[in-house]
Amino acid sequence: MSSPEVPSTERVSSSAPGRQSTPLLRLRDVSAEFTVPGRAPVPVLDGVSLDVEAGSIRAVVGESGSGKSTLGRVVTGTLPENGRVTAGEVVLGGRTLTGLSERQYRAVRGKEIGYIPQDALLGLNPLLPVGVQAAEPLRAHGVGSRAERRERVLDLFAKVGLRDPARLYGRHPHELSGGMCQRVLIAAAMSTRPRLLIADEPTTALDVTVQRTILDLLSELVESEDLGILLITHDLGVAAERADEIAVVKDGRIVRGGRTGEVIADPGDPYTEDLLRSSSLGFSGRQAAAHRLEYARTVPADSPVVVEAKEVGKTFTSRASRASRPFRAARSGPDTVTAVAGASFQVRRGTTLGIVGESGSGKTTLVRILAGLTPADSGTVEIDGEPVVHHRRGAGQAALYRKVQMVYQDPFASLNPRSTVRAILDEPLRGHRYGTAQERARRITELLEVTGLPAELADRYTAELSGGQRQRVAIARALAPRPDVVVLDEPVSALDVTVQRQILALLDSLQRELGLTYVFISHDLGVIAEVSDEIVVLQHGHIVERGPALGILTEPRTDYVKELLASIPGAAAPGPAAEARHDAAVLTPHDPAVLVGPGRSAATERTT
Amino acid sequence: MTTLETEGATEAGEAATPMSPSARLRRRVGLRPRPPGHGDRRRWAAPLRSPGLLAAYLWIAVILLAAIHPGLFAAGDPLRQDGSQILLAPGADHLFGTDDFGRDQFTRAVWGTRLSLQAAVVAVAIGLVSGSLIGLVAGALRGRADSILMRIIDIMLAVPSLIVSLAIISALGRGTLNIAVAIGINSTAGFARLMRSEVLKVSNAKYVEASVFAGHGYVRRLFKHVVPNASRSVLAAATMDIGTAILTVAALSFLGLGAPPPTPEWGLLVAEGRTFIGVQWWLSLLPGLVIVLTVLAVYRVGRSFNRGRTRVVA
Repeated sequence: MSSPEVPSTERVSSSAPGRQSTPLLRLRDVSAEFTVPGRAPVPVLDGVSLDVEAGSIRAVVGESGSGKSTLGRVVTGTLPENGRVTAGEVVLGGRTLTGLSERQYRAVRGKEIGYIPQDALLGLNPLLPVGVQAAEPLRAHGVGSRAERRERVLDLFAKVGLRDPARLYGRHPHELSGGMCQRVLIAAAMSTRPRLLIADEPTTALDVTVQRTILDLLSELVESEDLGILLITHDLGVAAERADEIAVVKDGRIVRGGRTGEVIADPGDPYTEDLLRSSSLGFSGRQAAAHRLEYARTVPADSPVVVEAKEVGKTFTSRASRASRPFRAARSGPDTVTAVAGASFQVRRGTTLGIVGESGSGKTTLVRILAGLTPADSGTVEIDGEPVVHHRRGAGQAALYRKVQMVYQDPFASLNPRSTVRAILDEPLRGHRYGTAQERARRITELLEVTGLPAELADRYTAELSGGQRQRVAIARALAPRPDVVVLDEPVSALDVTVQRQILALLDSLQRELGLTYVFISHDLGVIAEVSDEIVVLQHGHIVERGPALGILTEPRTDYVKELLASIPGAAAPGPAAEARHDAAVLTPHDPAVLVGPGRSAATERTT
Repeated sequence: MTTLETEGATEAGEAATPMSPSARLRRRVGLRPRPPGHGDRRRWAAPLRSPGLLAAYLWIAVILLAAIHPGLFAAGDPLRQDGSQILLAPGADHLFGTDDFGRDQFTRAVWGTRLSLQAAVVAVAIGLVSGSLIGLVAGALRGRADSILMRIIDIMLAVPSLIVSLAIISALGRGTLNIAVAIGINSTAGFARLMRSEVLKVSNAKYVEASVFAGHGYVRRLFKHVVPNASRSVLAAATMDIGTAILTVAALSFLGLGAPPPTPEWGLLVAEGRTFIGVQWWLSLLPGLVIVLTVLAVYRVGRSFNRGRTRVVA
């Protein structure tokens, strides 16, 4: 094999004795480009070579725009119309796929190659029962009769861990949770017994706990079915935990490839190191919390209580819950759903309260009550001694919002697409009567500066910004009226891991400089561990554990918290080797918690 | 490679890289980014690349010019009769031929543009404004106000529009403007429904909820965030509706409810020509073709507004 990636191939064959030496999938020097009318073609893949062995997982890791999804699409032969493979070959089990006609490809796709898309809800047709959709590949390839197909799908549903397959068969996607939808898609991909699965960010849209079970399922399938999986992900933590081999892609080129252990131990490339630092690999709750304690010491212990919730409760009736919260309704019966019950907590000025729980645990309802967006059924919330009131049209809440601001999860949805950055930042300044036009303009410049945005961005529309930049704009908007409390609703879970790091570092430095109080919610205990002084753990609307971050992270009392800890992507895998740690220590010499601490990620933060 | 690197850098280091407005969208849907500035150029070039759209724009320009300054196309008097030139076939002197009073049909068609177009635009404007307001109020207030307004709209939709028009015209009297009012009232229901559904949709957007934190009053937030985002499809629908309105104005004029006979008006021209349709077919057909072409052109332009991210309101 005279390929550029000979070393890795050798390692593969030596590591899998007894298996056939030819890999299941082989890419050799594959280049692909996209043509844009009136311009030179844009190369997206540049001489990529990699193998996927049967019975192993090969992870392709890279940031958005690195070309990793194109790699998956080259294998499935589903490049968009303006894309084409310019060089190299793709061989699946001895059959060359490059150059096949669309007609010939159709016999391969879905039959020998299964595909699992990123967004489970978008991947399913809302009008068809999931069972019918899972049988779609079988039908397309004319396998079996209707009854046989049903039989096979029920079998698969059981295999992918869906309870009560017969009942689920006729359900529609909106009646299922995100994790269940993803299992249905995996069942669909597996239905024709393919030898290769392409999983394009299969868990990015899911909770970490669900992510773990889905990844467990994929690992099991590899074992039991001798599958080869090409796992495309932006999180090196996920890759390190699950994959046998890793290929790190940057700008369409593989910058680092090889056995997982070797890549983690010796990244040997700045980009890979960056990804490694951004992941939660080798996560240690003690380290994260200990690092946070350094900051917490600077906050006086008798710092005044800014946010106080007393016995807050909220119940949704079935009509409301069916309309907007189908999963919660499915879980706890048809009549009423308890979103939050008897939640009490305090947050002191300058500290961060982390609220963690799975989707449907009621954490979003809780912060919405906190911000006066949803009325509470019982209990009260006080901010700075003033009770939080709710009004459907926001009447009489202006005084509250001078003190409380919120940052939403999805920066693509929370910014008006018709406003420029300047207009977005000017709005709260006007609303809270912040001085003259000149003072406001000065404040906008200042806000852009503290959130690390270049000044010339002010007159752009948000559609022109990246996800990270948008989230910075959202943070700048929240800071505009100089609030005391910022409610952060999953502020990083829609972003790439590297961008997550940058946003967390920004939030950390803003808290230090401005003495802000944060209420931070996330489904990922790894993220919560880094930012919180106190942690509240929610499950089905009830607080199951609460206390100082260090205590919860090091001595979890409930199985739920243990599960959340175990679900942090990459936490189970061994951390970076000693030299990586040493390397990190050079960057921040006095910091023992270098692996995940925000101070550490400040090193990757680019000051723009 | 440059585009890719730009993209990577924007995500990783968030360097300030100029990107065309559509580039982010293209990325979200998994397309490659276009080079900077390309999107703007494309918006200009869009009509040029599609000959049908270009022709539609040109035709509308000609029609508008004829409406504003008919003398440019036909210098003659549309009312001048000439007993010696009755019912002539189309030719170099009389492009559309002459009618039974010897009036030049082409001149009449050109001079009739203003009235027909005016009526159509007024009709759509009435429908758009009243419909949008009703839809906005219903969608914003919800609850009982919404139910009441929407039931009224349902009633309006349940009665055949031609009968409503006839009733309104018999109440207001004949005339092109009254036709316009009747059509406007008829199209209110459609606009109200569309606006309401758009308002409901946009009100659910996160950025509308987020705007409450800016401390502004409800009405201001409504007009700043909800109305501009909801009005896009309503305005696109309005452009399409102009075509329909031209047709309806012509139809009602044809029925004799519009301007009285000597006035040149498209629908009336077709109506007057129908007496001779067996022999002098051009009298009805040629003004009819003008109507057809105008309606098609308006539809084509409206369709181009409706597609993609074209900004109807800046």
